[in-house]
Amino acid sequence: MPEPVTIILNGERRPVAAGSSVAAALLTMGVAARRSVSGEERSAVCGMGICEECRVMVDGRAGVRGCLVTCRDGMEVRTNG
Amino acid sequence: MSGGNPDVVIIGAGIVGAAIAERLSAERLKVIVVEADCAGSGATAAGMGHVVVMDDSEAQFALTAYSRRLWQEKEACWPKAAEYRRPGTLWVAADAEEFAAVEHKHAWYGAHGVQSEILTAGDLAREEPQLRPGLAGALRVPEDMVVYPPAAARWLVERARRQGAVYMQGARVEHTTGSVVTLASGTVLHTGGVIHAAGAQGGHLPVTIPVAPRKGHLAITDRAPGFLRHQIVELGYLKSAHGHETESVACNLQPRATGQVLIGSSRQYGVHTAAVELPMLHRMLRRALEYMPGLAGLPVVRTWTGFRAATPDGLPLIGRAPQCEGLWLATGHEGLGITTSLATAELLAAQMLGREAAIPAEPYSPSRFGEKSAHA
Ligand SMILES: Cc1cc2nc3c(=O)[nH]c(=O)nc-3n(C[C@H](O)[C@H](O)[C@H](O)COP(=O)(O)OP(=O)(O)OC[C@H]3O[C@@H](n4cnc5c(N)ncnc54)[C@H](O)[C@@H]3O)c2cc1C
Ligand code: FES
Repeated sequence: MPEPVTIILNGERRPVAAGSSVAAALLTMGVAARRSVSGEERSAVCGMGICEECRVMVDGRAGVRGCLVTCRDGMEVRTNG
Repeated sequence: MSGGNPDVVIIGAGIVGAAIAERLSAERLKVIVVEADCAGSGATAAGMGHVVVMDDSEAQFALTAYSRRLWQEKEACWPKAAEYRRPGTLWVAADAEEFAAVEHKHAWYGAHGVQSEILTAGDLAREEPQLRPGLAGALRVPEDMVVYPPAAARWLVERARRQGAVYMQGARVEHTTGSVVTLASGTVLHTGGVIHAAGAQGGHLPVTIPVAPRKGHLAITDRAPGFLRHQIVELGYLKSAHGHETESVACNLQPRATGQVLIGSSRQYGVHTAAVELPMLHRMLRRALEYMPGLAGLPVVRTWTGFRAATPDGLPLIGRAPQCEGLWLATGHEGLGITTSLATAELLAAQMLGREAAIPAEPYSPSRFGEKSAHA
């Protein structure tokens, strides 16, 4: 196993498996990516950039599909859940 | 509904069929609504819900203005899901020539009793700061509305059911005459009359009608509350919407209740597949960005298409079908069927019940194309 990388999730340092996508990391940790208009928690569905359910903020950029981004050391991820 | 044959079978529960079902069941007619998919699918699920008064002809004006009033009269009834709001329309002029059209439109609306106001370039920049600088101005029509059409259609069907209508969901009409409706399941319904409200589809009809599908693309962004306040339509739209080129795009931006921006739209004849076409989508989004460059910063989360039911003269078909006793038509609303659905229901009900309608019905009569509608 390669060394884990550390992302900053909603301000907290969290180690995640190297090479995992942001969406996979959130699923592993049980953290929702976002909330729907009616307030329901939403997470990755398709894992391939189509469904848009996995959107989070990455390094200050809103609306990034977590399933298409690989976790890097020091990456800042914000969920709006 | 008690036993016996229905007075009328309505084919289709898009916004038009739903509005007719609500209206006729309120008149205590025995109504059956037959819907192949679910209420508010078809173009009603696909389109933008802009309820707008149009001035491109006296007949289009009469229908849209009357229908907008009907939407407004129901203001207190619409459920929250129908997202009924009144953001008003801004008809945006890009240059001096289009600004002249703003002045003309303003005078025309004034003479016809529709409130509107001219915005200078400076006013426009204050009202919608996301529009690019350098536009010439706009006409604001403050009483135009925006709704979420499928939810409005579902509510109309629900109300029709409470008034005694029978609603058959997932039931496709295979073939119909003016008195016998055959479903794909094999069920046969005998009825006093049939109303065709199936939008751009007509394969089940015993006659051909002058309606062609006109495809449109749409895209919607992520939530960005406050980004946009009015429904924004470029004035060039009038040229593209009513011209007869086979393909066109126009900038049409709608603020949704969720804070999302709905981006339209394109028009294409001769395409029958629903797939999103990237070159068309690209042209449409490029056009939107020409007016509102900041849209580039909002992620688009969904894209889709829908089919308008277009007629040769741009007016709908409302009334008796030529050459088929018992068959009535309520289709051909092109890009205005959400707006004109409620007036369509009123006009059709008046004709079926032999009453006088609030506006003359002749301009929309299917017989205006002659009795030439051939047997299929
Ligand atoms: C891109 C786009 C943007 C638009 N924007 C606007 C706008 O801003 N404002 C506006 O006023 N209008 C707009 N429109 C137009 C509007 O959406 C349509 O005019 C309107 O939805 C038509 O409603 P309808 O009930 O006639 O048809 P549809 O909504 O298509 O409904 C027809 C129904 O009939 C059913 N059906 C079809 N065949 C059968 C069968 N054989 N048996 C049983 N059921 C059947 C279908 O399943 C469907 O539910 C837009 C349209 C498009 C495509
Ligand atoms: S999980 Fe579907 S787009 Fe990311």
